[in-house]
Amino acid sequence: MNEAWPYVPHVLAGAKLTIILSVASLILSCIFGFISAAARLSDVYLLQRVSQVYVSVIRGIPELVLMLLVYFGGQMLLNDLGELTGLWGYIDVDALSSAIFSIGFIFGAYMSEAFRGAYLAIPGGQLDASKSLGLRPIAYLWLIVWPQFLIHVLPAFRNNWLVILKTTAFASVVGVHDLVWRAKGAASATHNPFYFLVLAALVYLCFTILSERFFSYIQGRMKRGWMSI
Amino acid sequence: MHYELIFQHWQLFLDGYKVTVILLFSVFMVSLVLAIILAIFRSSDNSVLRHPIRGYTYFMRGTPLLLQVYIIYYGLGQFESIRASMFWPLLSEAWFCIALGLILNNTAYLTEIIQGALREVPKAIIEGAKSLGMSPIKTFLLVVCPLALRRSIPALSNEFIFVMHSTAVASTITVVDILGAGRKLNTSYYLAYEGFITAAVLYVSIAFSASYCFRALEKRYLDPLSYR
Repeated sequence: MNEAWPYVPHVLAGAKLTIILSVASLILSCIFGFISAAARLSDVYLLQRVSQVYVSVIRGIPELVLMLLVYFGGQMLLNDLGELTGLWGYIDVDALSSAIFSIGFIFGAYMSEAFRGAYLAIPGGQLDASKSLGLRPIAYLWLIVWPQFLIHVLPAFRNNWLVILKTTAFASVVGVHDLVWRAKGAASATHNPFYFLVLAALVYLCFTILSERFFSYIQGRMKRGWMSI
Repeated sequence: MHYELIFQHWQLFLDGYKVTVILLFSVFMVSLVLAIILAIFRSSDNSVLRHPIRGYTYFMRGTPLLLQVYIIYYGLGQFESIRASMFWPLLSEAWFCIALGLILNNTAYLTEIIQGALREVPKAIIEGAKSLGMSPIKTFLLVVCPLALRRSIPALSNEFIFVMHSTAVASTITVVDILGAGRKLNTSYYLAYEGFITAAVLYVSIAFSASYCFRALEKRYLDPLSYR
């Protein structure tokens, strides 16, 4: 066991990449989710259908399949497109950005459902009320919809964040040097696989606990002055 | 595009499809039974029963499945005592490790779902069963459990799809499931995306038929309940 100690800081340093990966994927998933939810709520039939297909197809594909598809196929697709249009030369897609893109794209579908649900939870009568008060659409969205939207969206948002965090473990399969990848490397180098894999699992558990604490604090703050019926 | 290679290897995908479907159904059924038992203990007043189960579900839900499977497949072999034990012939098999990992993981999620559903069975119904002279065991088996299961069908449907996503982890520890077949084509022929697209299509087909079946179950068993 003694010869294994020097590997511990090296493995723990992988946690930084795990966090970067999770946060970047979260931001990207919010962008995809916003676009998809807006399309679904729009009046254009074609946009509604596209958003619906996106959400239901993504729900049917395992995360790992899409990550491998994007990692191996994405580079080829980009280069073929570049050659076809002549807009860009050879692009080398690294594992990290392909992982961020695929996780963001997958959870965009789940975020889209969360955003749509939270928006629909706001009673439609409030739009009429704000119109009768002479509020402009921007003021309606910013002053009436946004504060209520945040409260409704937070439980699903928190859930999605926790799932994104755990999904980043798959990035190690496409070769991102994150916590899991380093733990596995240290495991085979020291012949102590159990300790290093459990160490990585405990780091994830810490992240989960910290996130839950953070979100219940935020939820508590937002609920101030909010009366549940 | 080299789709002729996919057609040449249809047998590989068919075998992978079988592996995924068998894994999916057996894991879901075993976890469901285990989860009902654990959910009963979890909602009991006995804290010696309640807290360990809570800790188990918290750990399983708070860490990635990939790591749990790695711990079972790569980690356990580290200990001499485990390698000498009678379980080693099973634990050194990849298919057993993935099945065990998936069962342990999904039992935790299902326990939470079923425990929530058990808690929400109206007290009046339990009192009604009592007033009819039913024993506690009979009340649970004939009244509480069926109601809780009916009400958790939508959550179970989500969970089923989630288990399907999880089965893809099998390919990371050398089991050739649907994704394993796709990865095999990727490594042996340098096919960039054909194998993975085929895998994705097969997974989507499983997911869509599962959603269809669960919607039928919902119509049959959930809709007749007047309260939701």
